[in-house]
Amino acid sequence: MNYMNQQPQPYAQQAYQHDGKSAETRNLKPGELSTGTTIMAIPFKNGVVLGADSRVSTGTYVANRVSDKVAQLHDHIWCCRSGSAADTQALTDYVRHYLSQLAIETGRVPTVKTAAHLMRRLCYENKDKLMAGVIIGGWDPVEKGSVYNIPLGGTCIKMPFALGGSGSTYIYGLVDSLYKEGMGEEETKLLVKKAISHAMARDGSSGGIIRTVVVTEAGNEREYIPGNELPFGP
Amino acid sequence: MASSGSGYDLSSSTFSPDGRIFQIEYASKAVENAGTALGVKCRDGVVLCVEKPMLNKMLLPNTSRRIYTVDTNSGVAITGFVSDGRQVVSRAREEASNYEETYGTKIPPTTLADRIAAYVHYFTLHGSLRPFGTSSLIASYDTETKEHSLRMVEPSGVTYEYFGCAAGKGRQPAKTELEKLSLNKPDAEDNMTAREGVKQLARIIHLLHEEGKDKPFELEMSWLCEESGWEHKGVPRDYIKEAVEWAKKAIEDAEEDDESEDEDEEMQD
Repeated sequence: MNYMNQQPQPYAQQAYQHDGKSAETRNLKPGELSTGTTIMAIPFKNGVVLGADSRVSTGTYVANRVSDKVAQLHDHIWCCRSGSAADTQALTDYVRHYLSQLAIETGRVPTVKTAAHLMRRLCYENKDKLMAGVIIGGWDPVEKGSVYNIPLGGTCIKMPFALGGSGSTYIYGLVDSLYKEGMGEEETKLLVKKAISHAMARDGSSGGIIRTVVVTEAGNEREYIPGNELPFGP
Repeated sequence: MASSGSGYDLSSSTFSPDGRIFQIEYASKAVENAGTALGVKCRDGVVLCVEKPMLNKMLLPNTSRRIYTVDTNSGVAITGFVSDGRQVVSRAREEASNYEETYGTKIPPTTLADRIAAYVHYFTLHGSLRPFGTSSLIASYDTETKEHSLRMVEPSGVTYEYFGCAAGKGRQPAKTELEKLSLNKPDAEDNMTAREGVKQLARIIHLLHEEGKDKPFELEMSWLCEESGWEHKGVPRDYIKEAVEWAKKAIEDAEEDDESEDEDEEMQD
């Protein structure tokens, strides 16, 4: 769309002009990659399970069907990315840098709360220019496993479980009904995999494989489920 | 006294031939001329105390602070040039507030002390600036590790962590007195509590004051302890009064004991 030639229009008309494009692609620049996505993170007794699909699209073209949307910010702090791939990659790089500097200055393991606040600060201060929804999850000695959801705009909320991305809308009901407090590692992993499969089945912008990371005091375990072995078929 | 600067003491940015920067030492002298400040790390908290000489009879009592709250979990007591101290406190407040805004948690004590020290040190590096003429005693509580600590930043920009520290006029006798207190027993349970700390600091200040034959003074005390909910607050006024009364009595009792000891010795002869 050529913004220079647009006539000034009444607000009501402006709001609905989208030429049939989806909500996601409307805000992207032409050619920009979107991680229209399903991401989630659920804390359990000794840590956190983070999960994501792997589809990266530009419009209807799948640019990468096996991307990694779960990024490591620090030894035990991870981040699920959704929205513009470029924006979230840049944000992740900044937060990773600041976290490592902080760890050196304070001499202690940074907390998930700190990582979340750093990310929030960046997302909020630059909200006009960014389109990024992230979920920060990890383990720290103070709070043990915790998850923070940072949707578009830069709110930062600690949650018992967090969902994000375009595919998450289809699975809120499912997760609400299946989630229980105090689940163990295996149960939580199953829930994450099941929920993401269901989202991938219904959301065109989510698909590919499911990547999970289980973060505990002991360390991080990465797993992936290939597209033909999903708990719930495509 | 100490060797005269003889030309190497005109600027902070000049070393003397024997490796000293005289301006920093002179800044420490400025601190040594001011009212005593004491701090103790007790079993269940940190207590800060400053002796404020009443320079003017017309001064309204309990105004003119020397102890400031930097954040809910940190407090700073200053001695030396009060105006310099205010600048340091202002910076400390900024650091604490920025840290919380960026990282979402209260600034850890070591980080706060390091940042204040770095700021104070900066002023010792430039020919166009002078060092701060204050020592700052920092009482702080770490919200993540749940530990309290006491640190002091000197005009040179060094910072150390202490069980007990003193700055100002009476710091030498104060240090001797502090060493007698149970602050560093092998079993942490034997260390004194913050309540006792308040009383002991009041006693030490009054003890030193007699020796100095100085002007009338005010006592300003604050604590950061379990009783205050791990927040930096002024010690309640009535408790300070109680502590001062106890302190005066304790000093009298100690003097009587000394006198009676002397009498016993004479009789033996």
